[in-house]
Amino acid sequence: MNHFSSETFRENAKAALADSHLRGALKHATSLFGERRREAAAGLPNWEDLRNQARAIKDEVLLHLDQYLEEFVRNAESRGAQVHWARDGAEANAIICALARERQARIIVKSKSMTTEETHLNSTLEAVGMQVVETDLGEYIIQLAEETPSHIIAPAIHKTRGQIAELFTSELGMPPTDDLVQLTNTARTTLRDRFAAADVGISGVNFGVAETGTIVIVENEGNIRLTTSLPRMHVAVMGIEKLVPRFADLDVFLKLLPRSGTGQRLTAYQSFITGTKREATDEGPEELHIVLLDNGRSRMLAHPVTRQSLACIRCGACLNACPVYQQIGGHAYGSVYQGPIGAVITPQLIGIEKTSQLPYASSLCGACREVCPVKIDIPRLLLHLRGEITARSRRSIRERLLFKVWAKVMMSPSLYRMSAVAGRIIQRIVPISRAWTSGRDLRPIESRSFRDQFVQKGDDPKRRDGRGVPPLQNTP
Amino acid sequence: MKVSLFVTCLVDQLWTSIGMSSVQVLRRVGCEVEFDQRQTCCAQPAFNTGYLNEARQVAKRFISIFEESDAEAIVSPSGSCTAMVRHYRELFADDPQWLQRAQSVAAKTHELSAFLIHVLKVKDVGACWQGRLTWHDACHGLRDLNVRSEPRTLIRSVRGAEFVELEHADACCGFGGTFSVKYPEISVAILDQKIEAIERAGVEAVVSGDASCLMQIGGRLSRKKSKVRVMHLAELLASRATDFQG
Repeated sequence: MNHFSSETFRENAKAALADSHLRGALKHATSLFGERRREAAAGLPNWEDLRNQARAIKDEVLLHLDQYLEEFVRNAESRGAQVHWARDGAEANAIICALARERQARIIVKSKSMTTEETHLNSTLEAVGMQVVETDLGEYIIQLAEETPSHIIAPAIHKTRGQIAELFTSELGMPPTDDLVQLTNTARTTLRDRFAAADVGISGVNFGVAETGTIVIVENEGNIRLTTSLPRMHVAVMGIEKLVPRFADLDVFLKLLPRSGTGQRLTAYQSFITGTKREATDEGPEELHIVLLDNGRSRMLAHPVTRQSLACIRCGACLNACPVYQQIGGHAYGSVYQGPIGAVITPQLIGIEKTSQLPYASSLCGACREVCPVKIDIPRLLLHLRGEITARSRRSIRERLLFKVWAKVMMSPSLYRMSAVAGRIIQRIVPISRAWTSGRDLRPIESRSFRDQFVQKGDDPKRRDGRGVPPLQNTP
Repeated sequence: MKVSLFVTCLVDQLWTSIGMSSVQVLRRVGCEVEFDQRQTCCAQPAFNTGYLNEARQVAKRFISIFEESDAEAIVSPSGSCTAMVRHYRELFADDPQWLQRAQSVAAKTHELSAFLIHVLKVKDVGACWQGRLTWHDACHGLRDLNVRSEPRTLIRSVRGAEFVELEHADACCGFGGTFSVKYPEISVAILDQKIEAIERAGVEAVVSGDASCLMQIGGRLSRKKSKVRVMHLAELLASRATDFQG
């Protein structure tokens, strides 16, 4: 079991860094994803245009989300879907639970959905006696291991092949092997039975099309196709931000999403689901329920700076590109959404009280922004959240005091000069920063600062000691 | 051209040769260099840690000082601090007057290599340095200022220097300002990827455009007793034949 808390981020990270299996798996997977993404993006000459278009479409949706939601609901309902509104995760879970109970469901198959991870749907359903089976291979692995996803699109990215083989042997009675085909077949055989027996299929949604009421889901394993078509009832859980206005807009997103996520030009399956089956002889579920989830999204929408967080299409590219994620993986964040985008949306979804370390879990290198297919300025959002956190005094008194003093020093060249002199003396007596010197040698403060060495032609020597410096005009 | 040197507090106190080298290089290519003794810090540590009031206060001071200068350009041997000046507009989004002042100072502020290449149109500053070296892209210079080809062009003109590209040259070194001491374990883990790449490159020196990255990389190299030295681009460009023949 590994259920970390965001509050212990640093300790979680230290534990992750000490786990050589984890780091090996991460290095392999994130660099492979990264290289494939680069190649796939390079294969489209208009990549930058597509990114700009995608962002413009998302901005348009977010600016008029109320209208697009109404349009989506109208069109989905006219084609036989039933739409439910959920203010938060608990409401969404209650709706889904009631639907399943009314139909006396016992077995529920689920396809990969970060939104239902966000609402912790599985534990709610299990608490009322239902058997929930994750059918995405990665999700299935972590369900068996009783873990949580450590990556938005590759939930079991933290596991090595050997660890998965051991898990299948102990949990599914598979004869010991680490042959990939045998591993996959073991999962496939077990899951096929569950599909056949399932009463309800629950999925997420990648895109909802306002003009047609269609939901779009992309995948590679075919399990989503089965989850959404085999059981009599399909429940799709969708964040309210997932809309695009027109069907034609999908052209842009279906080019960006697979390339950014897995480096594929196209995923193996792309399901477009518009309502329920029309004729009794048609295939597919009799009932389609779409649960629209807010859970903090309208709060994000309200703020002009944070609004862009809702443009995210959950491709996971920022995780793969993030130097921090590459080293510690997803579990250390202690949140449902990990990596740079996780550090941005988690505090907004569940509040900064317990997540205030996450926006600081970044070197602000900007690699996330560089790969984001919808050009979310993640570093800017991290900085914005850091501002919120300090404004609400969520940082230590020591740090707050430090920056008060820092500002005083930086406002005055003479104080600045005096601090440097003091620093030179202090550094000889006490080691300044153990946090720095535990892994790196510290460069000492030089005996003569640059300002004392610099000689300006025709300069008045008085200027060099800070006295006689002309006073500052227009000072704040 | 008259330029005002924005030396950065880090260079002023911890790595003065970067400042002196910048002055030498700028003078060599014909600039008149002034240094305003009132300057301190650009406000980045507070801005990046979320202390926006403190950052705003120090940023206003920076703007007030540098807008008084009659120099045509403000030049800094730091991509990160130059980028900070460009970020001032975010601090003054609700204050049109300061926003305008911030923007006019930002428009005049240049990172050293970009200034040499784009403003002065100089590719060769007459430097000599004997040996094999590589370049580390500091994140803010690279991604906030789009400085990528400029330092490489300048390095390729250095006589005697054999330039090799670093594997993942654009990957972060793990410094990240206060990140480096808030999460030192992660910072060093990221850094070790960089160190491995440097070791594989088989170079005598790794050059970069920011003292902060160089402190991070250099601190680890020295801890590992590596023979590879770190050098700021300004130091490399200031090197003359006598520096290695003597």
